Amino acid sequence: MSADETVLSATGLVMRFGGITATNNVSLQLKRGARHALIGPNGAGKTTLINLLTGVLTPTEGRIELLGEDITRLAPHQRVARGLVRTFQINQLFDSMTPLETLALVVSQQTGASGQWWRALGAAKGITTRAGELLEQFRLADVAQQPVKELAYGKRRLLEIAIALACKPRVLLLDEPVAGVPAGEREELLQTVAALPADVSVLLIEHDMDLVFSFADRMTVLVNGTLLTEGDPEQIANDPKVKEVYLGQGAVHG
Amino acid sequence: MLTILFDGIAYGMLLFVLAVGLAVTLGLMNFINLAHGAFAMAGGYLTVFAMQKLGLPFLACLPLAFIVVGLAGALLERTLYRPMYAKPHLDQVLFSIGLAFMAVASIDYFVGSSQQNVQLPEWLRGRTEIGDGALLLGMGHYRIFIIAVCAVLTVVLQLILSKTRFGSRLRAAVDDPRVAAGLGINVNVVFLATFAVGSGLAGLGGALGAEILGLDPTFPLKYMIYFLIVVSVGGTSSITGPLAAALLLGIADVAGKYFIPKMGAFTVYLLMIAILLWRPQGLFTRKGGR
Amino acid sequence: MQNAAKDFQAALLHKARWRPWEFAVWLVAFALPLLVPSHSLMVNEIAIVALFAMSLDLILGYAGIVSLGHAAFFGFGAYAAALFAKLVMPDPTVGLAVATLLSAALGAVASVTILRGSDLTRLMVTLGTALLLLELANKLDWLTGGADGLQGVVMGPVLGLFEFDLFGRTAAWYSLSVVLILFLLMRRIVHSPFGATLKAIRDNRLRAMAIGIPVASRLVTIYTLAAAVAGAAGALLAQTTGFASLDVLAFDRSADVLLMLVIGGVGWLYGGIAGALVFKLLQDWLSAVTPQYWMFWIGLILVLLVLVGRDRLFKPWTWFGRRA
Repeated sequence: MSADETVLSATGLVMRFGGITATNNVSLQLKRGARHALIGPNGAGKTTLINLLTGVLTPTEGRIELLGEDITRLAPHQRVARGLVRTFQINQLFDSMTPLETLALVVSQQTGASGQWWRALGAAKGITTRAGELLEQFRLADVAQQPVKELAYGKRRLLEIAIALACKPRVLLLDEPVAGVPAGEREELLQTVAALPADVSVLLIEHDMDLVFSFADRMTVLVNGTLLTEGDPEQIANDPKVKEVYLGQGAVHG
Repeated sequence: MLTILFDGIAYGMLLFVLAVGLAVTLGLMNFINLAHGAFAMAGGYLTVFAMQKLGLPFLACLPLAFIVVGLAGALLERTLYRPMYAKPHLDQVLFSIGLAFMAVASIDYFVGSSQQNVQLPEWLRGRTEIGDGALLLGMGHYRIFIIAVCAVLTVVLQLILSKTRFGSRLRAAVDDPRVAAGLGINVNVVFLATFAVGSGLAGLGGALGAEILGLDPTFPLKYMIYFLIVVSVGGTSSITGPLAAALLLGIADVAGKYFIPKMGAFTVYLLMIAILLWRPQGLFTRKGGR
Repeated sequence: MQNAAKDFQAALLHKARWRPWEFAVWLVAFALPLLVPSHSLMVNEIAIVALFAMSLDLILGYAGIVSLGHAAFFGFGAYAAALFAKLVMPDPTVGLAVATLLSAALGAVASVTILRGSDLTRLMVTLGTALLLLELANKLDWLTGGADGLQGVVMGPVLGLFEFDLFGRTAAWYSLSVVLILFLLMRRIVHSPFGATLKAIRDNRLRAMAIGIPVASRLVTIYTLAAAVAGAAGALLAQTTGFASLDVLAFDRSADVLLMLVIGGVGWLYGGIAGALVFKLLQDWLSAVTPQYWMFWIGLILVLLVLVGRDRLFKPWTWFGRRA
């Protein structure tokens, strides 16, 4: 189990909708324990790529492998069971449930207990303990029993990430985790992201360049659905092609 | 054989005119209006009333049905339907079923539950036959008239959609109401006009087709499934989709009832379920359409 | 940390706990045939229709599937029980079990149709399925009695002990018992992790998939269960009235039961019971007042309920003010 082991690989992914090619021959290798950032202008196809990796979309061409297994044809829920978990750019939550119920559910699902119909949700001690831990970790304990639809945006965002972590991911795809989060609350979120276990491999989509450069050890740049370049932050920062793409869209460090 | 095809086409075109308003309403306002058949029924009863009590000729009743029912539709859109657009589909279904129930019971109360007959004018009662034997094509003049009127309506609709400014506003609003509103298109007016025209067409269809379809208070409930089939199989992103679906349905229904009378409407339902299983978005929608 | 976990567990379990008023409701229900024996038939009817409504709540309130054709399973169960009693044996409980199982099988087959597509597609296929069964029942008149219905279904004594009496008390208690047993089952399910996954699917199918819930298989399971319970309700109807006719499959049935859930509230099983009670009493009263045109009033109630919203309907002072 070397640090160079590839946990998630996409080879030659192509996604065509009618006449539009949203993803054009994109290949990506995610290493174990990676902190890999995916950047690019709006409309570059980053979320489409995440949708392809997680199985929400079926690629027109290409192949995806997770820990050596070909998952190209697997349904989304089967990929989650194998440890491939994502968060959503726009919060996708269960509005009628409370954070406590939500996390209890996710943990039940993760431990394989979600098929149980004869016990109440919460009867199993281990599940509530784990849910409680996550609520504490994400500072959601005080709102744990309010319906999700009544929560403030920042809390909803935290729950969004908490749900993903409750799935015990081995590969985590974060789609703009701090999007819409006020500057004051970003730190909280960033710390949680930084505190992720070292052997969880993370692919991060983000526009906030500060976050990207402090977080990532490797970066991939996507433009118009095509891979522009890939490398470590130093290389990317100094790459003239990247500077050209980002001219006028915010400073690139370095 | 050919006669069956002909009859099926007439039936299909009639179904199209009846259902096109529903298709556009669904595609535009994302509103499932199960009371659509009530507008058709209104057109039919209006025609019977106008012909029997006011002595109007059949031909005059057709535009009358279109205008009166269209106006009624406009009124209802503005008052009752508009607050419903944002509501979940279940609420819309229940609401429109409620309206349909009210319409059915009202007609039953005011007019009675027996079938109404439309006295067709002399020149529509004939029949022309071409060819013989297996290739005999028997065309009732009434059905020829139906096909002609519906064909003209279809062409006019298509022209309005593709050549006029209103048509392009309508298409923009169907594609994305928020963007359309942002472009300065008065979405409310588009909705109102579309709903009115759709209801008016249903009324016209009811007047035109009362003789074939049978006119009694249960009309909206009886034919609701047919309209819904046209819309769900044909999709809501064009009018050619519902047209093709309506023709298919008309021919399948007529042929099915002729060749396998034991099965009756059974075949139509089975066919519909099979089609929706295979292509849940409808046979004729473009990919990504609603 | 330990105390917090205990609190959380208590909070979750609290939802599943029986409230005092629940015991009261069931006690009263079972006492009614004793207290007012002349109304036993009414009690029986309400119990059956309440069970039917709860079965729809399973898929509508808990899984978010809008069905316009749930009567398909109700009617199928009714005919299955009637035919079983006539052709095989008149024992009620065996007949009930068989009808329920057959309805479950039908539900499993039909569940394939509701997996994909939009709300409209689901409306269509559920409606189409019910209409299809209605046509079948109509055409296979050598089996079902066609438009005349299946008459003369004579039932043996329940559990070999309790004869069906003219008052309908045995019928009422029989139905109430079945309803209670199935209710207990459904109550367990909706408060379980399985039930929570259904709510997740209803709230946000995309996210449910993204946390690993096998959406399709869950939907198949709940649809099958809902079909089974609806079939049981239909079977009870056939058994306690001795009769099965085409109207058990009619669109009216599906629409009525939707209305009941709207009145009583979706997403909590008692909504089916409350809605059934109100609906049946309303129907009884309206049929006496305007026998032919009660459809109008039902339609009006539906329209008002949706326009005004159920919560506000019971607070007339909010009708013309601004929406909160």
